[in-house]
Amino acid sequence: MKKRYLLIVLVALSLLSLFVGVSRISPADLLDFNSEETQIFLISRIPRLIAIILAGAGMSIAGLIMQSLSRNKFVSPTTAGTLDATRLGILISMLVFTNATYFQKLSFAFIFALAGTLLFMQILNRIKFKDAIFIPLVGLMFGNILSSITTFFAYKANIIQNMTVWLQGDFSLILKGRYELLYISVPVLVIAYFYANRFTVAGMGEDFAKNLGLSYKRVLNLGLVLVALISTTVVLTVGMIPFLGLIIPNIVSIFKGDHLEKTLPHTALLGVIFLLLCDILGRVLIFPYEIPIGMTVGVIGSAIFLILLFRGRAYAN
Amino acid sequence: MIQVKEISKHFGKKPVVDKVSVNIQSGKITSFIGPNGAGKSTLLSMVSRLLDADTGEVLLDKSDVRKWKSDEFSKRVSILKQSNYMNVRLTIRELVSFGRFPYSKGRLNAEDTKMIDQAIEYMNLADIQDDYLDELSGGQRQRAFIAMVIAQDTEYILLDEPLNNLDMKHSVQIMKILRKLVEELGKTVVIVLHDINFASVYSDYIVALKNGRVIKDGPTHEIINSDALKEIYDMDIPIQEMNSCRICVYFNS
Repeated sequence: MKKRYLLIVLVALSLLSLFVGVSRISPADLLDFNSEETQIFLISRIPRLIAIILAGAGMSIAGLIMQSLSRNKFVSPTTAGTLDATRLGILISMLVFTNATYFQKLSFAFIFALAGTLLFMQILNRIKFKDAIFIPLVGLMFGNILSSITTFFAYKANIIQNMTVWLQGDFSLILKGRYELLYISVPVLVIAYFYANRFTVAGMGEDFAKNLGLSYKRVLNLGLVLVALISTTVVLTVGMIPFLGLIIPNIVSIFKGDHLEKTLPHTALLGVIFLLLCDILGRVLIFPYEIPIGMTVGVIGSAIFLILLFRGRAYAN
Repeated sequence: MIQVKEISKHFGKKPVVDKVSVNIQSGKITSFIGPNGAGKSTLLSMVSRLLDADTGEVLLDKSDVRKWKSDEFSKRVSILKQSNYMNVRLTIRELVSFGRFPYSKGRLNAEDTKMIDQAIEYMNLADIQDDYLDELSGGQRQRAFIAMVIAQDTEYILLDEPLNNLDMKHSVQIMKILRKLVEELGKTVVIVLHDINFASVYSDYIVALKNGRVIKDGPTHEIINSDALKEIYDMDIPIQEMNSCRICVYFNS
């Protein structure tokens, strides 16, 4: 898995993504700046591509950081309740402020995502029985509890319809002016790269980290803040993208090991490629309609997750 | 010089380490021995700052270890705990490189690379330095961790039951390496041991703990005798001298 090849695939898929869609656009149309095709290209296609790239890289890196810090291969924003906590945060912001602004939703969702993930890490610390598969099950249950709280209050307040937007990831709603929040993941990814070594050391355990003079708690908290930031921005703009943060880091780990400084670029690239592929599939399969990305990633992702579970039990332990 | 002064640690109400005072002799191997639950590992963890003592203090160069800056401290004292589950996929070389973390924070310079190469060479791991830890045997993995500590280049090396899960051949190999570290590189080694015969054959000093207290403390030959062992383990243990090694024959006592 060479970075060079991943990059080539990424560029090819990006170009494909730009020219797949209901309105047929050919590169020649773009020569005329005022044509309808150029406008669609600038308002819809390019923002969509950028959103996919940022969300794909972000969610995979979030998963990678969580797996490293929790020392469990099956922990990710999907299996630790982070995404569910984010949705609960959005709901609460909508209940508290009748017309919640973007910023209010963002801050509520962020606080809930962070608190939810912290709570899960606390639960993890108390569990004596640290089986590789048991822990994500606890996480899924925890997530489902949060999720049912969300549904309950959304139902009472009659905003179920509103909430479903955040239930299932969907790139078809991405237009210029509606995705820019995702740019927050750029600095987050840069910080993650600079802290890659510290995350790896922290991932070896608290004693190991302390022996090397690393302030374990600080690195742990920073990692969780980064994860919460990425999850929040993705859920708010695109919606939930399940399994991405789970399977991509695991695939890369099998081939490249767990040294984050080495695997971080691969994880980000592969995450984007996988998301692009799923998105293009979703757009072509029932053309001219679209299958939302949450669904395609969910189906393909859960299949890959099952394969990882079966072949990976030995390696995860 | 490390001085332990009157330290105690309670888990709940139960004192696990109870007013222990010990001086660690520089340039020697000191073994902590004693029955299960005597507080050996807890004591080692407090010396290495992994645990904070409830009362009392540990002095490194006459100043309290809690007052040391963590990266300065990790250039002086290193600790290896028993690593029961290590499912991180790192190569030996990557692991050893982390030994330089206190110095370089991950950005390795030429000096770091030299130290890493030397440590790998010293532990005879050059051929397998790019193998993943989870593919190694227990003995190889333990050697890789010791190589990391050598790269960390600390004066004090603390090990918590490093022979756990190792067979006889690899246990002997690890103990010989520790002896070499003391004699060739002038390190001070402090080690928690279960097997009293390894303690007898390889250490210079022995600290015997029981119920959280130091019950005996002195040069090896003063501890390895039937009277002292009776006090420590509540067992009658005959001693046999072979090739100037004192062997405790405890199997049928």
